[in-house]
Amino acid sequence: MFLTYLTRELRRRARQASIIALGLALGIGLVITVTALSSGVKNAQGEVLHSLYGQDTDITVTKQPTAGEFSPRSFGFGGAFGTAKRPAAGTKIDVDTLRGGGLGTMTDANVAKVAKLQHVAAAAGGLTLTDTKITGTIPAINFGSGSGGPAGGSGGGGTFRGSFTPTSVSVDGVDLASSAAGLGPLSLGKLTAGRTLAASDNTADVALVDANFAKSAKISVGATATIAKTIFKVVGIVSVPASASSYDYYIPLGRAQALSGLKGEVNTIYVAADSAASITTVSNSISAALPHVTVQNSASLASQLTGSVASASSLANNLGRWLAVAVLAAAFLLASLLTMSAVARRVREFGTLKALGWNSRRIVRQVVGEALVIGLVGGLIGVGLGFLGSALVGHFAPPLTASLGSTTGTSTPGGARIFGGGGFPAGGFPGAGFAGGPGGNRFRALGQGAVHTTQVHLSAPVTAAAIVAAVVLAIAGGLIAGGLGGWRAARLRPAAALARVE
Amino acid sequence: MYKLTAVTKDYYKGNVVVRALQGVDLDIADGEWLAIQGPTGHGKSTLLQMLGGLDRPTSGSIEFRDDHRGTDLAHLRESQVTKVRAESIGFIFQTFNLVPTLSAQENVETALVPLKVPAHERQQRAAEALDSVGLSDRARHLPSELSGGQQQRVAIARALVKQPPVLLADEPTGNLDEDTRDELIGLLERLWREQELTMVLVTHDSTVARRAQRLGVMQNGRLAIRRDRQLAPDDLSGSGATSAPPLG
Repeated sequence: MFLTYLTRELRRRARQASIIALGLALGIGLVITVTALSSGVKNAQGEVLHSLYGQDTDITVTKQPTAGEFSPRSFGFGGAFGTAKRPAAGTKIDVDTLRGGGLGTMTDANVAKVAKLQHVAAAAGGLTLTDTKITGTIPAINFGSGSGGPAGGSGGGGTFRGSFTPTSVSVDGVDLASSAAGLGPLSLGKLTAGRTLAASDNTADVALVDANFAKSAKISVGATATIAKTIFKVVGIVSVPASASSYDYYIPLGRAQALSGLKGEVNTIYVAADSAASITTVSNSISAALPHVTVQNSASLASQLTGSVASASSLANNLGRWLAVAVLAAAFLLASLLTMSAVARRVREFGTLKALGWNSRRIVRQVVGEALVIGLVGGLIGVGLGFLGSALVGHFAPPLTASLGSTTGTSTPGGARIFGGGGFPAGGFPGAGFAGGPGGNRFRALGQGAVHTTQVHLSAPVTAAAIVAAVVLAIAGGLIAGGLGGWRAARLRPAAALARVE
Repeated sequence: MYKLTAVTKDYYKGNVVVRALQGVDLDIADGEWLAIQGPTGHGKSTLLQMLGGLDRPTSGSIEFRDDHRGTDLAHLRESQVTKVRAESIGFIFQTFNLVPTLSAQENVETALVPLKVPAHERQQRAAEALDSVGLSDRARHLPSELSGGQQQRVAIARALVKQPPVLLADEPTGNLDEDTRDELIGLLERLWREQELTMVLVTHDSTVARRAQRLGVMQNGRLAIRRDRQLAPDDLSGSGATSAPPLG
């Protein structure tokens, strides 16, 4: 009887039921679309991280340099001459040093510690370095007061400028352990010639060269390259997407550590979590296990992103969410009002049923049942609309761009920030304005490299959780509308209901 | 079946108190047919509602005896009153009050729903009830597809399908033409006799009232018995022995 009565009643007021169901469907469809869009934006943010630091990288760990770690002496003149005093004119200068790029260092033990944390699928260390070469002869011209020093970029006199050829290349020390595959910027690279680095290369002087750098420097497989006065054999050319952090040379981590004097140390740890859901947990565990480190994942990266990904995120999280809530609230209100009005029209009917011995609970159940069916039909249509909405977002949304700017500071591996900071610290060397010198272009290029712009496709995947939420909302809509209507029907005294004139 | 003692009912319209029943005392014997006449607004329907447990009196008691069990409907819990209605009291209304979306058969079945009668038995009993009012061929029709007389027959079948000891009828012929009225009263009289019902019938129609065993008149909330003919159902010829004043 319950179902017969329910279906007949819904058929009788099919138009009103359709309006309620469509209202709920619209609200639920919007909630699903916005939720899908929101998770799409989150995926896009994750994609940005992957495109920067490796396909499997969910988290990067870096460390702020400690005070004095990058003192002017580290540049190398002190080491080369043993004194900050200006060398005699005519002295030949040939400096080639490999130094960390503005990041603090962590030990290999730290990498192992991270790898052992719960929910960590893999962890790999990386050492991003800069190899700086300066060759030339100390000029005879005496600058006297040394006016070029503080100019930081203006350069010295003409003769001086012509005497040195400072060049700099970026070098990435790559963890070659098999567990590290898929982590780090090199994992994004595509081998265009030769071979890639193997685990057995860890102590060998072999290098991969970035395709763009190889082209400009005319380097091919089989050629040699000098890094920190050590001759490396180029075994392969690798092309890294423009969006990723690319380096001129990729050498085995062991060699990078040895040549930079950072034995057993890394300055970036790339971490893969065992699932997307555990990224936050893993991030927290790392922060707890390694104090004073900077842990970055797609969520923390999101706040530093600029570009249309950030706009889409703001759109989905602010406008979209509130719009969905408003439409859903309006749909619930409409459903409740229409159900109550339908109950008001059936007062005599319910009064009669009460006279026949139907108790209030049975009548409430009937009204709630009707509202629930309307809600579920609305929910079903809403899920369909949600899928349609998310498909439309996927189809029509333009590719999003995300820029990770220099504001990321030292947390951006690559260490280019120290070059972007302005004049190069020249120590006690008067008139040394390297930014203005012939090698300055290279420095500037690295400085600009601190801004990574990547393009990601925005998709809005409908998750099972969103569908469950839709069903819950539909049931809630039905219960609210039916509950209010039923309550109104139940509280009527039969005599008053029967006396009501229709 | 009923014993009403000093029953009053007050309604409040703003600050004004309207006394619909003013100390009604009434005994209704088992198997009795009582007709109640009276002008509109003088408390006939209110009295019927008290008898049916559809409303509660302001004061007084309404003792209802069924199967040697006595209960005071005035002070019974709502759920208990609902149970009494479901098991022991059948109602017929002037406007038939059928559920418009349900067929004749399904409307009759609604009276068996609170008794938790299994579906199969429910259908069978509803079909028998419709047959007893001569409507077995209209079982699948919706109320809108039936005439007024047919709708009231469905309502009678609905009221009696649970075989209650009491049938309360509020102006059952009020919306019917004379021929249909006579036909329907004949049917009610037959069923009253066959099922040994206690029947209370509120009516404006003297022709209908005349057929009853006993006639009460409501005026200003007070009940006066005008004719008290304690006859067994079999003694009733249907012509009406004494004439009652045409009221209402």
